[in-house]
Amino acid sequence: MSSDKSKQFIAFLVIPSFVLLAAVVFYPFLYNLLLAFGNMNLTKIRDWQFIGLRQFVKIFTEPSQPDFYAVFGKTIIWTVVNVSFHVVLGVFLALLLNQKIRGKAIYRTLLILPWAIPQYIVALTWRGMFNYEYGSINAILTRYLSLPAVEWLRSPTEAFLACIITNVWLGFPFMMVVALGALQSIPHELYEAAEIDGASSWHKLKTITIPLIKPVMIPAITLGIVWTFNNLNIVWLVSNGGEPSDNTHILVSFVYKAAFNYYSFSYAAALSLVIFLLLFVFSTVFMRQSKATEAAY
Amino acid sequence: MARKHNKADVLRIAATHMVLMVFALIAVFPIWQVVNISLRPGDQLLSTSLELIPQNATVNNYIRLFTEREFVRWLGNSALVSLTVTLTGVLFASMAGYGFSRFKFVGKKVGLLSLLTTQMFPGTMLLLPMYIMLINLGLINSYLGIVVVYSATALPFCIWTMKGYYDTIPTSLEEAARIDGCTQMSAFYIVILPLAAPALVITALFSFMSAWSEYIVAAQILQDADLWTLPIGLKSFESSMSTEWGLYGAASIIVMIPVVALFLALSRWLVSGLTLGSVKG
Repeated sequence: MSSDKSKQFIAFLVIPSFVLLAAVVFYPFLYNLLLAFGNMNLTKIRDWQFIGLRQFVKIFTEPSQPDFYAVFGKTIIWTVVNVSFHVVLGVFLALLLNQKIRGKAIYRTLLILPWAIPQYIVALTWRGMFNYEYGSINAILTRYLSLPAVEWLRSPTEAFLACIITNVWLGFPFMMVVALGALQSIPHELYEAAEIDGASSWHKLKTITIPLIKPVMIPAITLGIVWTFNNLNIVWLVSNGGEPSDNTHILVSFVYKAAFNYYSFSYAAALSLVIFLLLFVFSTVFMRQSKATEAAY
Repeated sequence: MARKHNKADVLRIAATHMVLMVFALIAVFPIWQVVNISLRPGDQLLSTSLELIPQNATVNNYIRLFTEREFVRWLGNSALVSLTVTLTGVLFASMAGYGFSRFKFVGKKVGLLSLLTTQMFPGTMLLLPMYIMLINLGLINSYLGIVVVYSATALPFCIWTMKGYYDTIPTSLEEAARIDGCTQMSAFYIVILPLAAPALVITALFSFMSAWSEYIVAAQILQDADLWTLPIGLKSFESSMSTEWGLYGAASIIVMIPVVALFLALSRWLVSGLTLGSVKG
């Protein structure tokens, strides 16, 4: 095979994607980098100047409404709580589904549904369900559980909780599907051998199941963390843009508001960059720590 | 091998069914809510009753959606945008994924890692510069802008999926095809591409769904009501909750049907595509 022809073939395969990505991903990325060091807003969209690190200083030291550190803390809580529930529920349901039971296909189909529905519909529907007077959540709480109705969308903590509940509901099927795939690839002989040795169910879970699904779960969890950290849809649409009074933001929704409601373009660009760097550092460390990088490529 | 069920087994299976039923119920509940709301007559939209089917159920909301609202236009707009994005995604990712899987070239590792890195971009980091660029170019309110943004944001994931799948196909297949006189090109599309069907399906599904379901970007770029895609249209129903709740329900059901059907039909492949993509032997 002539290597020139090979080179042409490789170029033919790879270049179209890279041109598209360069135009729409890498170029905006660089432009965002420039913006972050400037002072662009709606009135200075053409005649903005570089002002060095001042936007970053503003993010980290100046009080803002809402406070950066409070939003950052909420983002961490948001991510940890969501992903923990996704993984625990997902693996738990996958273990249940990985048995010989009747109606397995039906259960599986029903349990995947939350993942199949467009996220914005999930968010808007749950927002309706959380409505104080007309929502079904309060109807269930008061009628069947004799609990008091909750002001889901009007108080900060409850509104944030409403966002989390919605996101837990929509996120567990992904982890379930990944875990199920991993479970099915475990050879059955391992369990049989363990049974002959008299291993308990718990022992089998700890020594066979978990170590063997780990190489698949770690990349999925990393992806899950990144997706959740950056999930704008749910927080934005369930809390209707951070209501009540900007108390229900995570970092990305805070940036979105700064950019498209307050038009502080450079401030938003700087904050986007901060978020990206946080995630980049985290993922690199996390993947290296769990020594799963080789599983990813 | 028929095994006798002892008492502990029976209990365990019963408990498994109980738990699965509870979770299935939780998974289905919000969807049932939407169906229920879409069937309510106008005077019961704010009812909190939890009946399975509302009293005096009617399809009036569905009829109004098609006759009194711009729903058909939004449907057309969304279909146009999503199909274009799907075609672009499948075409580009099937090629680039193959390049990454089979060949060594300068910048390959950097390329792969930067694809992975784009997954960490917060949406606003691309949206804001794009938005400002589009304002400067006078391209706000154009499909070109949105199709390109959607294709490019879905592409990295699609390339990775394709690459992961090609990696599982033995290279001996191409070698045999080359000996039989195929060119590199024809070995790729006659021999390998058909074998990669499951991954192509996942790529198509992912591209389609990401475009069909996208609200945040569309809300900023498509401001002219004639260009609205379904997500913006549906959000406009929700904003005036009390009067349009029924329309919202009906529209959601219609929007959900194609994606949910596709998703469920392909979910068997989804498992193999995702896991094979991540665990390479």
